[in-house]
Amino acid sequence: MKKCLERLYNGLLKENPVLVLMLGMCPALAVSTRALNGIGMGLSTLAVLVLSNLVISCLRKVIPDQVRLPAYIVIVASLVTVTELLIKAYLPSLYDALGLYIPLIVVNCIILGRAEAYANKHTPLLSVMDGIGMGLGFTVALTLAGALRELLGNGTIFGAQVMPASYEPMTIFIQPPGAFMIFALIIAIMNAIGIKTRQRQLVENGCDGNCALCATACEKKNPAEKKEGGAEK
Amino acid sequence: MNNSLIMIIVASALINNVVLNQFLGICSFLGVSKQMKASASLGVAVIFVITIASAVASLMYDFVLKPLGMDFMKTIIFILVIAALVQIVEMFLKKKSPAVYEALGIYLPLITTNCAVLGVALTNVQNGYNFIECVLSGFGTAVGYTIAIVLLAGIRSRMNEKDIPAPLRGAPIVMIAAALMSIAFMGFGGLSF
Repeated sequence: MKKCLERLYNGLLKENPVLVLMLGMCPALAVSTRALNGIGMGLSTLAVLVLSNLVISCLRKVIPDQVRLPAYIVIVASLVTVTELLIKAYLPSLYDALGLYIPLIVVNCIILGRAEAYANKHTPLLSVMDGIGMGLGFTVALTLAGALRELLGNGTIFGAQVMPASYEPMTIFIQPPGAFMIFALIIAIMNAIGIKTRQRQLVENGCDGNCALCATACEKKNPAEKKEGGAEK
Repeated sequence: MNNSLIMIIVASALINNVVLNQFLGICSFLGVSKQMKASASLGVAVIFVITIASAVASLMYDFVLKPLGMDFMKTIIFILVIAALVQIVEMFLKKKSPAVYEALGIYLPLITTNCAVLGVALTNVQNGYNFIECVLSGFGTAVGYTIAIVLLAGIRSRMNEKDIPAPLRGAPIVMIAAALMSIAFMGFGGLSF
């Protein structure tokens, strides 16, 4: 039971797929124009992710290692097609809003990533919990970004007027550039909190020498490595 | 070649830029744009694969899926076609032109999971394009992707030398740069023939 809860925490916060692992950015940027779209996309992906984790985990001893990726893709594509048809039939307005991005759940890196990193090594129960955790993390990130964009760009959240009538909406935030901007700011804020926590730990426990996790300026670290791109050269 | 065909290329390359306007292929856009050379190689590989993939997907749709009434299978069929195609292209290049194969390196197999490829194939079908229109729109989209990723790589190589505030280092500053590029590309919206 403890392990199951730990999976949920992991997906929601510690390894949040969008905000920490930077997976599945395409749908996250594209459909977060409104909070409601964020929830719709998040829950569709959650459903596909939980089912694909379940199926792949059940079949993990059956699928030969050499052809596992094509097998996963076929499983995921079938699940996505089923989800797409269900949304089309029961939630036509959501289907119109999400459009192309529903079939594109197939190539969402979160799904293949979790299949490869988790579901093909663990029991079905844990894999399902992992799917729920990751899916919820995705949903939360999308809804948060959607709500912020809707608030700034339209003055509403979930369609309800929040800003006073005198507020002039900044429409740029519901247009494509706003998506990049909002996600950049959310990730920057999370980084800032991470650096603060890290600095507190360093003061309390001293340096543990783990520079890969460390974003603080520190003389131990080669100054060239701090700048991105420098490490690969 | 008439105006509407040119319009398809311009629209898919600039006005509806695949990365900055439709958010397809963001993973590789943010991940690979660290170095100019790698970005250019990936761009070439993407042009190659997307153009061929749109052509094959269009033929598959017109001659297999539509006659059989299996419209709903298009997602599954297209992703399999793309995966197989990338494998074939990879084997072909390895055998016939090792120099190109070396230059493209690991970027070729990575393209299978680039959502731009599947995205273009599905959009083409949605718009009811014929074979030539599909190929041109695929080519235009891929050129748009290459333009965006090479521009971003140039911006990033300049950013490496700057002292950026710690929380913004890495992904956030790249996304802010992308946001500014996206605003610039919105200017193409007024373009028409």
